[in-house]
Amino acid sequence: MELQTLQNIASNERARQKSVRIYCCTSTGCRAAAALEIIETLEGAIHQRHLQDQVEVVGVGCMGFCGRGPLVQVDPDNLLYQEVVPDQAASIIAALQGGEAQPQRGNVHHPFFTRQMPVVREYSGKIDPERIEEYIAVGGYQSLYRTIYEMTPAQVVEEISRSGLRGRGGGGYPTGLKWATVAKMPGGQKYVICNGDEGDPGAFMDRSILESDPHLVLEGMAIAGYAVGANHGYIYVRAEYPLAIDRLQKGIQQAKRYGLLGSQIFDSPFDFKIDIRIGAGAFVCGEETALIHSIEGGRGNPVPRPPYPAERGLYQCPTLINNVETLANITAIIRNGAAWYAGIGTETSKGTKIFALTGKICNNGLIEVPMGITLREIVEEMGGGVPGGEVKAIQTGGPSGGCIPKTLLDTPVDYDSLRQVGSIMGSGGMVVMDQSTSMVEIAQFYMDFCREETCGKCVPCRTGTVQLYALLTKLLERQATPADLAQLEALCAMVRDTSLCGLGQTAPNPVLSTLKYFREEYEALLVEPQYHPHPPGAANQPVSALGSVPDSMLEGA
Amino acid sequence: MAATVVPTASPSQAAKPDLRFKRLDITMKRHQYRPDALIEVLHVAQEVFGFLEAEVLAYVAHGLKLPPSKVYGVATFYHLFSLKPLGVHSCVVCMGTACYVKGSSQILEGLQAELAIQSGETTADGQVSLTVARCLGACGIAPAVVLDGEVLGKLDPVAAIARVQALQQQAQS
Repeated sequence: MELQTLQNIASNERARQKSVRIYCCTSTGCRAAAALEIIETLEGAIHQRHLQDQVEVVGVGCMGFCGRGPLVQVDPDNLLYQEVVPDQAASIIAALQGGEAQPQRGNVHHPFFTRQMPVVREYSGKIDPERIEEYIAVGGYQSLYRTIYEMTPAQVVEEISRSGLRGRGGGGYPTGLKWATVAKMPGGQKYVICNGDEGDPGAFMDRSILESDPHLVLEGMAIAGYAVGANHGYIYVRAEYPLAIDRLQKGIQQAKRYGLLGSQIFDSPFDFKIDIRIGAGAFVCGEETALIHSIEGGRGNPVPRPPYPAERGLYQCPTLINNVETLANITAIIRNGAAWYAGIGTETSKGTKIFALTGKICNNGLIEVPMGITLREIVEEMGGGVPGGEVKAIQTGGPSGGCIPKTLLDTPVDYDSLRQVGSIMGSGGMVVMDQSTSMVEIAQFYMDFCREETCGKCVPCRTGTVQLYALLTKLLERQATPADLAQLEALCAMVRDTSLCGLGQTAPNPVLSTLKYFREEYEALLVEPQYHPHPPGAANQPVSALGSVPDSMLEGA
Repeated sequence: MAATVVPTASPSQAAKPDLRFKRLDITMKRHQYRPDALIEVLHVAQEVFGFLEAEVLAYVAHGLKLPPSKVYGVATFYHLFSLKPLGVHSCVVCMGTACYVKGSSQILEGLQAELAIQSGETTADGQVSLTVARCLGACGIAPAVVLDGEVLGKLDPVAAIARVQALQQQAQS
């Protein structure tokens, strides 16, 4: 294919599109609320009114305002309808001819929408993710063409380095540096892996990107492959995301048919093929070495680094592993230039980040905001605050992150500021909690998660998380003494410092951060030591917490 | 895996050919019997057989030329693979943070009491399996429950129990 052909596809597609397009969200959340039925009703109403030539219904990806789904948007009028029910859908079509629309109107001028800065999500909710033509019509695959014909691999790496993009999976490692390391490795077989094992509970931006704009990630992977000299890529997706898997499969097939993936892309010598690997439910597989083992068909056990995957990864070959959102930023950087991207955000954190704003919050959903925006702006302005209450804390970073109290709401959201207050950016989950949430229970909830998800390879993580959980349970049962609290703290430090991989090293974070900011809640649960410190029967256990926990919990289930 | 039951003859030659093994054969062949396709093959095996019984694991080990210990190790490592038979209906309660904060643990407790089983178990009549998920990514409609693949959002314990009861009644009639 040549550039002209690509442009022809784009102009044909634009000519095909009807003047009025009605977007209906078909992502997981809205599907659960009868979005597919709404599409049928809308189409029926269009036929009934003989509007087929002017109006079309497009099933699109996530529009972001998931808490008020299902969402329907009318373009070009920019009308948003929320919480639409199938019975009311026909009136949306009637409204095009001057009738009255029954569904509730959404306010598109609310800060939830106006404060956003869509870079990755620019076309989410505006194109049909199952048709590659729609992606091409908005300039898709032109960045890939440009990199292949107008840039050398070294220039691409340089461009990404200058953009200041950092890994969006949580670590925040500079993406350009990672690419440069893999590119520098001697030739031969190399791989690109897209990490779509989005395991953090409360985060769903990767699912949303894959469901809404799969080609954005595929194109990003191909550009990465060209830059580092790889001709084979894998996307590792959670099995819990069937819709994302389905859309990726369709996307890969369509791209292959047009010669945008596969052999001799754009008639150049560059080959790049992409395979999907489906996870099987293991949080630890988000860790890169564990993920590699999983792709190789084994248990997802991490191994010590170095050697880093960039040196020796998949099948012992140099491997580039990037998160979905990181790769989704690539085409925009190539299209608009590194300087443009570096102009967004803060000194050390460039660009935008997608957050999943959930929990006790009025407007929940996905938001893409420039780095450096404060938590207060996100929660109070965009999120509309807590329904009928007050913010108590915000949890970021999932089981590896921490809870930020409301006194620190003015913290800017970037990699370094969040780390300073004892949490992390993580993959972008942001769960808002109000006064009804006990922080000790939240700490226990996350420890339960880590206890279940530890792979069992290294002792500090395998047994440490179980013991920490037991101590937290003892606290909540009001049986813990000040000595237990001291032990909890000591054990947290031990697990953090001695675990093999990120899962164990960060597992104590929710406990440590809640201890730091909400210590009084822990202390309120303490009891004075009994007169007999060793009651008969449960005596002399090496860790006293074991006494109050049923055996079934200790098996790690 | 206690006994390494490797079927001596391929099932297609057996007296009554089992189409389910045929599908496993096709999957393994498509992956050129590469050992690294193990997880892909196990996904198909679970889909076809409903769960991974010892015989199936042995058959996969044989086909991919892997030691049965490795196949067993992988099958037990991942949460999605089940070595026990599952119920006719599946009920998955999301216990992600967003759902948890919005009360999914009450839903789980309600369902456990209603079905008289713990999560990870199947009712005695083999009708409903109750499991928990770590996050379905449907946080916008928290708390969420998946019944037979259908995602239900913004539930409370009463509504969740009603939906499960409806399933059970369906099964009886």
